[in-house]
This record gives sequence, C-alpha cells and structure tokens, in this order.
Amino acid sequence: MQDFRPKIIAFYCSNCASSAAKIANKMNLYLPEEVKLINVPCTGRIEILHLLKAFENGADGVCVFGCQEDSCQYINGILKLKKRVEHVKKMLEEMGIEPDRIEVFSLYAGKGQDFVDIAKEMVNKINQLGPIF
Amino acid sequence: MTEYKSGSNLEKVLKAGYFAFTGECGPPRGANVEVVRKKAQHLKGCVDAVNVTDNQTAVVRMSSWAACLILKEEGLDPNFQMVCRDRNRLAMQSDILGISAHGIKNMLCLSGDHQRFGDHPEAKNVYDIDSIQLISMVKKMRDEGAFLNGEKIDVPPKIFIGAACNPFAEPLEFRVYRLKKKIDAGADFIQTQCIYNMKRFREFMKRVVDMGLHERCYILAGITPLKSVGMARYMATQVPGMDVPEELIKRLRGAGKGKAAEEGIKIAVEQIQELKEMEGVAGVHLMAIEWEHRVPEIAKLAGMLPRPKVE
Amino acid sequence: MIIAEAKPISEILEMVKDFSKILVVGCKGCVTVCNVGGAKEVAILASSIRIGMRKKGKEVEVGEITLERQCDPEYIEELRDIIKDYDAVVSIACGVGPQFIAERYPDIMVFPGVNTKFMGGAIEHGVWAERCAGCGQCVIHYYGTMCPIARCSKSLMNGPCGGSNHGKCEVSPEIDCIWDKIVRKMMAQGRLEELLKIRPPKSWLTARDGGPRKMVREELAK
Ligand code: SF4
Ligand code: SF4
Repeated sequence: MQDFRPKIIAFYCSNCASSAAKIANKMNLYLPEEVKLINVPCTGRIEILHLLKAFENGADGVCVFGCQEDSCQYINGILKLKKRVEHVKKMLEEMGIEPDRIEVFSLYAGKGQDFVDIAKEMVNKINQLGPIF
Repeated sequence: MTEYKSGSNLEKVLKAGYFAFTGECGPPRGANVEVVRKKAQHLKGCVDAVNVTDNQTAVVRMSSWAACLILKEEGLDPNFQMVCRDRNRLAMQSDILGISAHGIKNMLCLSGDHQRFGDHPEAKNVYDIDSIQLISMVKKMRDEGAFLNGEKIDVPPKIFIGAACNPFAEPLEFRVYRLKKKIDAGADFIQTQCIYNMKRFREFMKRVVDMGLHERCYILAGITPLKSVGMARYMATQVPGMDVPEELIKRLRGAGKGKAAEEGIKIAVEQIQELKEMEGVAGVHLMAIEWEHRVPEIAKLAGMLPRPKVE
Repeated sequence: MIIAEAKPISEILEMVKDFSKILVVGCKGCVTVCNVGGAKEVAILASSIRIGMRKKGKEVEVGEITLERQCDPEYIEELRDIIKDYDAVVSIACGVGPQFIAERYPDIMVFPGVNTKFMGGAIEHGVWAERCAGCGQCVIHYYGTMCPIARCSKSLMNGPCGGSNHGKCEVSPEIDCIWDKIVRKMMAQGRLEELLKIRPPKSWLTARDGGPRKMVREELAK
C-alpha cells in the first residue's frame, strides 16, 4: 500500500473547465501528476462506456470537469453526463467497487484555483481508498 | 304467493316495500369463529342482511363464504361478497353453487381492490371476468340454469344479485351509465359506496330516477359513520371517489375532545333519516367498520327498529 | 416493440462467476431500439463483466458480438464458429434470444442478461409504456383504440372500477387509468352507446392461458 500511486483520469470540456485549466496554468498552479487529462468538446459526449473503459484500463478514479448546469454550450450536456455518472456509480456499487471513485464537478470559467484544488482532493480521496483490485 | 328470485330475507323485505337496512361484517384474519359470532350478536335483529367482505382491501381473511355460514347459524341473512381479483370463472361458479347449497341467498358482485394494496402484493391477479360479467354469469346460472359455457346446471343456485356503485368516482359523467350497465346485466339490488355529500347524492339519484333505474332495481345508499376527525380527513384525501364535505369535518371538530364519535353517529343518523325520504332510495347499507357494537344504537336512533318480519 | 431492462451487474456476475470465457451477444432488434441490448450495451456489459470479475479476483475473457436478430435461426447460425471459443453466453436480447441460442447450441451455458418486460413503445425519451398483452384476439376498436386488457390494472372490459382517481389508476399515481381515457374519448366522439353494450367474458384460449402458442401459416411454411 505504501507506494500506491493512484491513476486518475480526468475528462474536461472545452468550455468552462478548459478555461479554468488555462487560468490555473497562468497562475502557475499545476495538477498533481497522478491526474491524466482528457479533453472532450462537451461532457455530454462522454458515454457510460468511456467511463467504464477508464476503470477497465487501470484507472483508480475518474473525474469529470464540466460547466455549470445553466451554462453548458450544448444546453444540457453536463446534466446528461451527471445522470450517466450516477448510473456508473450504481454499477460500480453492484460490482463491489466504491462509488466515490467517480465524481463530476461543475466549474466556473474563471476559477483556476478550484480546478487544481478539486483535482488534489480527488487524489487524496483515491489515495485513501487504495487500489481497486 | 309472491314469486322470489332467492327468497332471502333482504329480498322479502325489499319486495314488501319496507325501507331496507343492511350491515357489514369483516371476517377475522384467522380462524377465530368467536369473533364472527360476537359481531353477529351485535347485528342480530338490527339489520335485514349482513354483507361479508371478500379479502377486503386485498388482505387475506377467513373466506367470505365460511364467515357467511357462521352468520347464518347465528340467524342472520348473509350477503356473500365476491371479488373478481382472486378467482377465475371455474372457482367463481363452484363457490356460487356452494353458497347456494348452504342456503346463502344474497351475493354482491365486485371488481375488488387491486392486490398491490394488500398484504400479498406479489400475487398474480386473476380478473378472468369483470364485475359486470360476473353479474350476468350469476343471472344466467339462476335464470337459465346454465353455466357460463351454456351447459345445464342440475339444481341452479337461487341468488338475489347485488352490485356496487360509486356515484362520486371518476369519470363522473359515466357513473350513472355504469350503474345502468350493472342493472342491465342483472343486478337486483345496488349498495353504494359511502355517501357523505348528500347534496351531490341527491343530484345523482335524480338522474337515476329520471332514467327509471330505481324501478328496475333496489338502491341502497351506503353510510359509514365517521369515528374521528382523522378518519374524516383520511376519507376525504386518501380514498378515491370519496367526497367528504368540509362542513362535516368542521362539525366533528366542533364537537370537542372525545365527542367526535358521538357527533359522527349523529350525522349518520341524520343522513339515514334524509335518505328515507329520498326518491329512488330503497334502503341504507350501514358499513360500520369495526364498530359493529354501535350498530344497534344507530339503528334505534335512526328509527330503523324493529326490523320487519316478512313471511 | 418488446421492452426490456438491463439486469443488475451483480446478478450477471453471479451467473457467470464460474466461467472464464464469456460471450456477450446483443441483438439489433427491439432491444437496440429500447437501448438495452444493442452493440453499445454489449460493450458496456462486457466491460462491466471484466471489471467486476477482476474485482472478484479473476481475469476473464469477454467477447462481444451483436446479431441482426436473435429471434431468427438464420442469424443464430452466425455464432457457429465463434461460440466454440467460449464456455458461457450472456444474451441481452429479449427472452427469445437466449432460448434460441441455447436450442441451437445445447452444450453451452446461456444466460439472460436482461429482464423482458412488455410490449409497448417509447412515450418520451427514456420512458416506455405497455400497450398490448398479446391476448390473441384484439378488441381495442370497442374501446377508442385503447387496450383495457393490457392497460387497465384489472383488465376490466365494461367500464372503470370505483378506484379511478383524477385520470389515474387506483394502483398508483404513476399509472394512467385507461378507462378514464376510454370514457372521455368515446363520449367526446358521441360513442357512448358502444360503451353501454355489455361485453361478454373474453375467451383467454387465444392468450397464454390457453397454453404456449404457436402459429403456422400454411402459405409460408415449407
Ligand atoms: S386486445 Fe389483446 S391483442 Fe389487442 S392490444 Fe389488447 S392485449 Fe393486445
Ligand atoms: S382505476 Fe382505471 S385502470 Fe385502474 S383498475 Fe380501475 S378502471 Fe382499471
């Protein structure tokens, strides 16, 4: 357990989350290296299968950064995604895996600090949970 | 000599032109015969017939026909209730022959509450035939001496056929037609759902009379005394098709602590007196749920005693 | 179409726990349309089985294939060469699919991956409702083209029970009272007379009650 380095996949959308990430960068705030970023046009494009595949391929945790519910460019992408994440949580639970290993966060475009803080928190949480298998 | 369909006490009383008064008895959730006998004692001499419910609210109880037999032993005229939820046409017809063989002469045909409300919600529901088809089937058995499939019955059952009516259930505009359908199918008498809104019931009865339905069938108005403000509220909000006017609830509340039950009885008595005068109403069906011991008092106050004896 | 719902992963994992080569078979018919048994769902289930079994401490090989239809022997035949490599099949077609596969390949264990619910359609996105109970003798034209057999909780054929409540069924506020709809439509169309006719008891001989059904069409049969 001592040398457990969690692998976390973070999906983020090209809008709010993306600009939060950029601002973080400008502020010289960096993501923990456990977190691998995957950019998607809109979180609404992330399917249940993508989320599961992350776990299947070795992720210990998955998080999604999206827009606020009322500011999605594609109207309700983030809402659709939130329902899918809820569904995946249920599936994980049925498989005996902690549902907390997947989370979705709505970011404000300007909040670079939040982006990094949340990512760090996620790393902490997964660290506590330990490896899945 | 009068020609009777079954010759039950209820039929005789109605045919002789008396204002009928019927009661109700829910069988126990067990094989406790004494409970039934005790209920019977309260009702004896106060009512012309006693309805025996059939797994009411889809909760398992002693079978309706068995409790009917006990009531009969106690000298009452049972009204055997049968719902379409639990039996297919075979079981129905055999039970009808069975009760008739034991001298039970009234029967009330009902759809029945869906089993999802009851104590075995996982049960398969039957609904092979519906309540109107059940009425026609009993009529066919009695009048044509034939089973549903047309085959002859050796000794046909003698049954006075009853049906239910909920005047205030939705869709409202269809309710009087549904009543007509039941009468067309062969109902000899009707017992309505409990009535609280007398004004609306009066309007309903006017339509019934205009259509001449009261001349083809005896209509007994249902009355359930309110025991408490809580019960009135529950009836008003939780039971579909139940219209409990706000002023009744106010009256109960106004009666003060511990006096609501007495006020409830007073209201029921007033209703019965009003129904006695209402055109088209041939009697009252008193459903005093788990309040059988108050029936003698209500009957007396409402001027229903003594009950007529028709030979 | 036939509407089905996915079984919980935990139930499927329990079914296949003793196998290490599992083939998930989808169907491009009804279950694809109701988003439960098409290629997409095959991939999701396969991935879930891999994750779930790994969690149980076992690596399994999970194959994925989606057939044109599983209710036609012709398409079941397509599994012939593939199925040899597996020791269990999970079919996510309606209840017909796994039975057809098992009939054709009697030596392999075949499990149902979905619960088959009813015949109906989508009333809005993600919501399906029952419309027909397959009684074998359709009578909906008496009832404003609405089926009281499938859609009334008591299959009443002569009018609404006393529990109808603001257009909802006494069984649940989630269920429409179909009789409320039938009465309103028929009355609005001036067809009350038709509703006043007493409909006699139905013959359930043509329904499942008459025993398992089979249909032969001489002009088509070989
Ligand atoms: S009447 Fe029978 S065949 Fe027609 S829709 Fe209803 S269940 Fe189906
Ligand atoms: S409320 Fe309507 S749908 Fe429900 S059982 Fe009664 S008639 Fe049928």
